[in-house]
Order: sequence, then structure tokens, then C-alpha cells
Amino acid sequence: MNFDLADQADKFVMLLGGLVAFVVLVGGLLLVLDVIPTRLATRREARLAAAADAGVPIAAGAGRGREGWLAAGFLAPALLLLAIGLIFPAVRTTILSFMNRDSSAFVGFDNYTWMFGQPDIQAVLLNTLIWVLVVPTLATTIGLIYAILVDKARGEAVAKALIFLPMSISFVGASIIWKFVYAYRSGEQDQIGLLNQIVVWFGGEPQQWLLGQGYKLNTLLLIVIMIWIQAGFAMVILSAAIKAIPAEIVEAARIDGTNAWQMFWRITLPAIRPAVIVVVVTITIATLKVFDIVRTMTNGNYETSVIANEMYNQSFRYGETGHGSALAVFLFVLVIPIVIFQIRNIRKQRSEA
Amino acid sequence: MTTTNPPAAAVPVTKAGGDRPSTAAGRVRKKLSSPLATGIALVIALFWSVPTFGLLISSFRPENEIKTSGWWTFFTDPQLTLSNYDEVLFGGSASSGQLAGYFINSLVITIPAVLFPMAICALAAYALAWIDFRGRDWIYILIFALQIVPLQMALVPLLRFFSQGVELFGVQLLPAWGLSGEELFIQVWFAHTCFAIPFGVYLLHNFISELPRDVMEAARVDGANHPKIFRTIVLPLITPVLASFGIFQFLWVWNDLLVALIFASGGGRDTNPMTVRLAELAGTRGNEWQRLTSGAFVSMIVPLIVFLSLQRYFVRGLLAGSVKG
Repeated sequence: MNFDLADQADKFVMLLGGLVAFVVLVGGLLLVLDVIPTRLATRREARLAAAADAGVPIAAGAGRGREGWLAAGFLAPALLLLAIGLIFPAVRTTILSFMNRDSSAFVGFDNYTWMFGQPDIQAVLLNTLIWVLVVPTLATTIGLIYAILVDKARGEAVAKALIFLPMSISFVGASIIWKFVYAYRSGEQDQIGLLNQIVVWFGGEPQQWLLGQGYKLNTLLLIVIMIWIQAGFAMVILSAAIKAIPAEIVEAARIDGTNAWQMFWRITLPAIRPAVIVVVVTITIATLKVFDIVRTMTNGNYETSVIANEMYNQSFRYGETGHGSALAVFLFVLVIPIVIFQIRNIRKQRSEA
Repeated sequence: MTTTNPPAAAVPVTKAGGDRPSTAAGRVRKKLSSPLATGIALVIALFWSVPTFGLLISSFRPENEIKTSGWWTFFTDPQLTLSNYDEVLFGGSASSGQLAGYFINSLVITIPAVLFPMAICALAAYALAWIDFRGRDWIYILIFALQIVPLQMALVPLLRFFSQGVELFGVQLLPAWGLSGEELFIQVWFAHTCFAIPFGVYLLHNFISELPRDVMEAARVDGANHPKIFRTIVLPLITPVLASFGIFQFLWVWNDLLVALIFASGGGRDTNPMTVRLAELAGTRGNEWQRLTSGAFVSMIVPLIVFLSLQRYFVRGLLAGSVKG
């Protein structure tokens, strides 16, 4: 035993300080917003009463400006934090991507030509492409199949929780779980990794899975982890969408004599199309930014790195801020069309509704 | 018409609440040959639970056993011990994990990083939905659109903001924060709060804007001002969706690696959360399975408890955020 709670006191003091700051800031803001307008209102009423006594006409719509100030009070913390934490940094990163490694001089598009010219980085871009193509497709398909299979089945809630559970685990935790599945020991020893044990049971030779670069095997094995995490998300959303299909439509189709296959392609799938799009888009964006899995499993070695991981390495390990920023900007550019697509879809859906 | 489908008239009428599937999917499932469907479902469920199950069993096996035989041998030769947990949590040597301290770091990081965004997003969402002012649609669209800025884009400049302050044309506008040791928690809270706002405002706005207009107007007629309406009427009504946002944020912060690596790692043992420590153990001591397996479970326990006890809210939040669009 080498753990003393007293050593942790400083941390708890910080936590307490954070909580006090929370109460003071939020409570204070509400108090200020409550008190000042009330004061102003009383004063204005007094003025209006005086004006009415004097017979001056009252200007219409005088209240709107006051509401604006109040709104500013409600929105101030959010907008301030967004400006400091997202808007300003995003602009800054874009500028940094056109500058050299310690941001002392402009270099034009050098960082971008580096990105597309370097074979290492080309491999990274290819890996990201594989991730983005495979994860959303498989995660959504598996989620959909499972949602249909357990719909109205006995023990549906438990069955769903099993698939959904990985969503609550950290990517690091999930990576350790799968590291254990992929664990390798040489042929003479007993295997401790499930995958190699299965190979051995079928009479094969144990493999060093995470070193296997043929056909991008190791990247695909990392992708399995992401699918494992995301399928539960797909399943929950799609299952809800399936349950929302009106019973009359199903009934009518059944009376017309559609079989299961037709029912799926002509009734179920079209009815849940918007939900499928949302799921695919959300998983795609999450996949583009994936970082933890690659870092924990291989640290990006053996040709498994992806953009988000490479960005971390360039900026924070090699001190190549220009390279890192260019990668971050590229990531942003990749996300934009997906989001525009989604906004369009939502709008179309709204106008149809 | 296929022969597998009897005409509607031939279908026996079952009582309401019978097991006749009323959804399309239920029908599809029924029509698939049932053993096959059950088989597929079972395979998926097995594939999804066996890895975690294996890790759980391993974490209770003695070190020597973990390293020399597969966890499935447990069923023929059951041996259990708590020593892995004891060592990974409280062990004295630098390589043992010392996760107890990191566990507390995770807690200290997570609690304020959940509370701050909840309050700030609720305030902003209320203003955007119910206070009438010019340009509110534009502000809402701006906040919504910021969801697409990847975290990666914000990291370098935000780190500079903390370490160098704000300098414009050679004039120091804001001083550097110069935080160290436990003070680094402030940086992490700040970063997590910033990054949570776009999604939080979006999720809460969906819900708040659909509160009944009558209730709001009645309150205004009674002379309540916005802060009062927010406190006494809106907050109680939005508790469920606020809870689901809180759970989201909790899981996100507790499980985060990237933000912690960048904003907390300066404090080492004093500030790094468990995810950072585990990633470190996985990298440098990839074969110390007794530490990795038990450590991974320690890190999962809190989110699992939160998830299992509040699953309903969590799912509701997912649906509010995704399907309603």
C-alpha cells in the first residue's frame, strides 16, 4: 500500500475551487440579469408615468433593445468561450498551416505540398480513407441487422445493452480489450490471445497481427475496434427509427403479400432512410477524428497511422507546427462536405414534413 | 403472391398484446427462417461481449496464469485473486500503475468539466429559443456550424493562449496564465467546456424551443422576467434532456485522451487522468497484462455504472440529438 488520501488534498482543493467558481459565476450571472433589468424596469415605469402625466406619446417597440441586452447576458459565456476556444484557434491554425515549423515565416503552400508529396504521409492519408470507407459502412450495416433481428424478440433490452455497452468504454479501454484479443506468443507456447488461439485450434500458426501490413491487415484489425464501439450507436438510432414506422403501412404491405426480403427493401429501408443518413454521417465524422485507438494500439507504427494521430505527432512531438496545422486544416476540409450534405438533408426532410 | 405468405384472412386473429409483430422489422425477422436469424443475432452478441468478458476474467487471475495461459482455461482451472487490482491501484513502484491517484485526477477533471457546459449551454439555448432579439438565428447557425471544427484545429492556438496570453501587434492584451501543477486542471476544464458548447447548445435548443408557448406567455403575463422563467419554469422542464447532455459530456470527458494529453500532461502524476496513464502502460509495458487488464477495468467502472443506471436518459439524448436533426 502506497496510497495516502492526504497526498491528494491539493486536488480536492482545486475541485472545491472549481465548484465554488461554478456557483459564483452561474449564480452571479443570473442574479445580475435578474436585478438590473428589474431596476431599469421600475425606473422606466416611473418615467413612463411621468411622461403620461405630461401627455407625451409613448414610443412603440421600446422594449426590444432591452431584451437584446438580456440575451447578450445569457449568451455571453457561451460566445466568449467559443471565440477563445474554437473560432480564434481555427483561424489561427489556418494561418499557421502556411507558416514554417516554428511559425516565424510564411512559406506558402509548402506544408501542403509536403503533405501530399511525402510517401509516409500518403500512407497516412490512404489509411484514413480506408477507415472512413469501412467503419461507417460496416458499423451501420451490423447495427441495422442487429436492430432488425432483436426487434420484438424476447430479452430485447438485454440483447441491445450488450451491443451498446462498448459505447461507454473509453477508446483506450477498448484498445486494451482488443490488444488482449490480438496478443501473440510464439508457436511453442500456449496462446493467451483469443484470436491466435482460434487460429491454433484450426491448426494454423499464430500471427503477429499488429505487424501484418499485407492488405493493410493491421489497419483493418484496428478498424474492427472502432466498429465494435460504433455499431451500438447505429443500432440504437436505427432501432428507434424502425419502431416509428406506422403499423398501417406494414399491415398494408403484408396484405399485399410482400415477403420478408421485399418488406425490407421497399418498406423498412425507405422509411428509415433519414436515420440511416444521420448515423452514417455521425460515424464518418467520428472516424475521421479517430486518434486514441491508433495511439494506444500501435502508436501509428507499422503503417497504421491516420491523419488525427499524425497531426498530434507533428505538432506536439516533433514540434512541426506548420505540418501539424496543415493536417488539421485538411481534416477540417474533409468534414465540410459531409456536414453540408447533412444540412441539406435535414432541410429537405423539414420541407417534406 | 408467394406461397410463404398466407392470405390475410387465413391469419388467425390474435388478442391485442399477443406476440404478433406489429413493426416492419419484427415482421422481417419473423419471416426470416427463425433459427438462422437467432443464430446471426447470437454470433453478433457473442462477438461483442466475449472480448470484454475475457478481459474481466483475466483481471482476476494470478499474474503468472495470465501470462502463460489463455483466460478460457479459467473454466477448467479456476483461480481468482484481487492482487492485480491491489497492485495497479495502490502499488508503490513507479511501474505499477498507481491508478488510485489517477482515478482521483479523472474525477477532479470530470465534475467541473460537466457542470460548466451544462449551465452555459442551458443559458445560451434558452436565450436563442425564447428571447427575442435581432440576429438570433444567425448566432444559432454559427454555433451549430462550429460542431464541424475538429478539435485538432483548436489545440495549438489554445495551448498558446494559456502559455503566452494574447498578443496583438506586439501589445500584450491578456497575460499568460502560467499555470503549473494542480492548477493545470483549470486549463483542462476550460478546454473541455469550450469544446462542448456547440453540441450542447444544439441538443438543448432542440428541446427548449419546443416547450409550450402558452406556459412561457402565461409566466410573462404574470410579470416574471427571463432569469426567473429560466430558473423556475425552464430548468425543471428540461431536466431529462439536461441529464442526457450531462451523461454525454461525462462519458466524453472521462474517456477523453487527446485533450488530457495536451492540456494536463504538464502536471504528470498530479493531473493526468486515467486514460493517459493507461495509454502509457499499454505503450511501455505492453506485456504486463495483469496491470493492463485490471487497470482497464478500473477505468471502465465509473462510466459503466453511469451508463447502466442512466441508460434511458442517454438513449433519449442520442435520439434527440440525431433523429430529430
